[in-house]
Amino acid sequence: MTAAGNAYGRGLAGGRGDRALKIGVGLAVALVVFAFGWLLFDIVGHGLGGVSWAFLTDVPASSGRSGGIGPILISTLLILAVCLAAALPVGLATAILLAEHTDAEAGFGRLVRRSLDILAGVPSIVFGLFGNALFCIYLGMGFSILSGGLTLACMVLPIFIREAEEGFRAVPRDLRLAAAALGFTRARALVSIVLPAAMPGIVVGLVLGIGRALAETAALIFTSGYVDRMPESLYDSGRSLSIHIYDLSMNVAGGEPAAYSTALVLVTLLLCINGSASWMADHWQRRRASP
Amino acid sequence: MSASPHDTALRIAGLSCFYGPKAAFRDVDLDVPAKQITALIGPSGCGKTSLLSSINRLTDFIPGCRLEGRIELAGRNLVDDGVDLVALRRRVGMIFQKPNPFPLSIRRNLELPLREHGMKDRARRREVVEKVLRDVGLWDEVADRLDTSALNLSGGQKQRLCIARALALEPELVLFDEPCSALDPISSGVVEDLIASLRGRYTVVIVTHNLAQARRIADHTAFFWVQDGAGRLVEQGPTEQLFTAPRDPLTRAYIDGVRG
Repeated sequence: MTAAGNAYGRGLAGGRGDRALKIGVGLAVALVVFAFGWLLFDIVGHGLGGVSWAFLTDVPASSGRSGGIGPILISTLLILAVCLAAALPVGLATAILLAEHTDAEAGFGRLVRRSLDILAGVPSIVFGLFGNALFCIYLGMGFSILSGGLTLACMVLPIFIREAEEGFRAVPRDLRLAAAALGFTRARALVSIVLPAAMPGIVVGLVLGIGRALAETAALIFTSGYVDRMPESLYDSGRSLSIHIYDLSMNVAGGEPAAYSTALVLVTLLLCINGSASWMADHWQRRRASP
Repeated sequence: MSASPHDTALRIAGLSCFYGPKAAFRDVDLDVPAKQITALIGPSGCGKTSLLSSINRLTDFIPGCRLEGRIELAGRNLVDDGVDLVALRRRVGMIFQKPNPFPLSIRRNLELPLREHGMKDRARRREVVEKVLRDVGLWDEVADRLDTSALNLSGGQKQRLCIARALALEPELVLFDEPCSALDPISSGVVEDLIASLRGRYTVVIVTHNLAQARRIADHTAFFWVQDGAGRLVEQGPTEQLFTAPRDPLTRAYIDGVRG
């Protein structure tokens, strides 16, 4: 075979390789979309019939087989609020420290980063036991929305911090230098220039964190409990949507229809929160752009 | 402040800059005349940019960077630890190679630094915004879209906005670090004319790789070269003299394009 023939042959083989790659990638994507579509279709198909205004506001009856999920929805939102109120300030401060004031791979920064990586990998049931020991028993909060929210905050922190830190690191050095050259103090540059520019990363972290918090079951069974009454304060026990689904499908015979409807509410809630988080970030950035 | 053409705005004496153990430049003596344009020329890696950023102490942002010697501005040695960096950077503006407007509106790009330096009066800020935009020839181009993002401007417009942003703080000294090298030829010409127009109002120090540009706009030129691994100031003088009758053979070789 001549040299030219060789080159030509390789070119053809490359073409075949490209096609195979394209098909492979296409199939993988189709599989992902199919899995998501099926899940959504299944939940909507089984759950939509049971969802109504009454379902969203009524108290559950007959262990949840009938009635609604009003108190459970409220408990879930309260747990989420406690979780965010604790995780946001601590997480933002840590992300700023890691991104702005420590070397990526040395000393203190490294210690904090390793700790976060390990925290992120701890199974949620372990967080549940830890939260039970620390918040419920040692700090005397009992089975309560407060204990549950704080336990979730511990779980959400590593994810949120990692993403927020990436957000801060993604802000070009040019901008910091420009601010410094104009005589901004470091703190002012952070607030006026760097923080808004890091917003996309912070929002991603927030959305992932909320997703994890809403999905959590194991950690909450031991901390916020599963009382399905309407909570009167943060010290009351409250059942989250995910625990309600778990309970209905595992412990309550004939609870499946209500479980599906609750799952539909949970997924919708997740989509709404994520959507409004990115909308708010967008809106905030645009508003800052004008005076 | 009335400065005669031969006043010295900035006096650099025996200045060296080290990155860890390695010297970026060594023993530089340079007098920068007031209200004139001084160009720093020389090949890459000879410490021109390091010298420029030591004047507003942006070198502080480089880990392990250390300055030795004197940079005198209005009787203070800027190398001292006790220098008020916020005040210094207000008096010394800097324009970077790559235009770096903030991801905010055109107006906020200019107003934010003003507010940061205590200009509370909104009407006064608006006046300054219009004045500096006119100064850089951008007013007619952007007057109707001041509240749109500065990131939508062209490269040359962005760089002029950055110049306006620096001028808004009324600095005494403006540093330019290859301000035209990231721009297309037409924008580059506009920005160059703008820099030339600052003569007589501001003291300008500009780093440029473009010898023709240095020759066109600079009153004084300083030529740097790498010797023993560190940048050195080889020769300085009035631009025409340096280009037509250089004293040092290295300078001649560089401006003739034989070396570098």
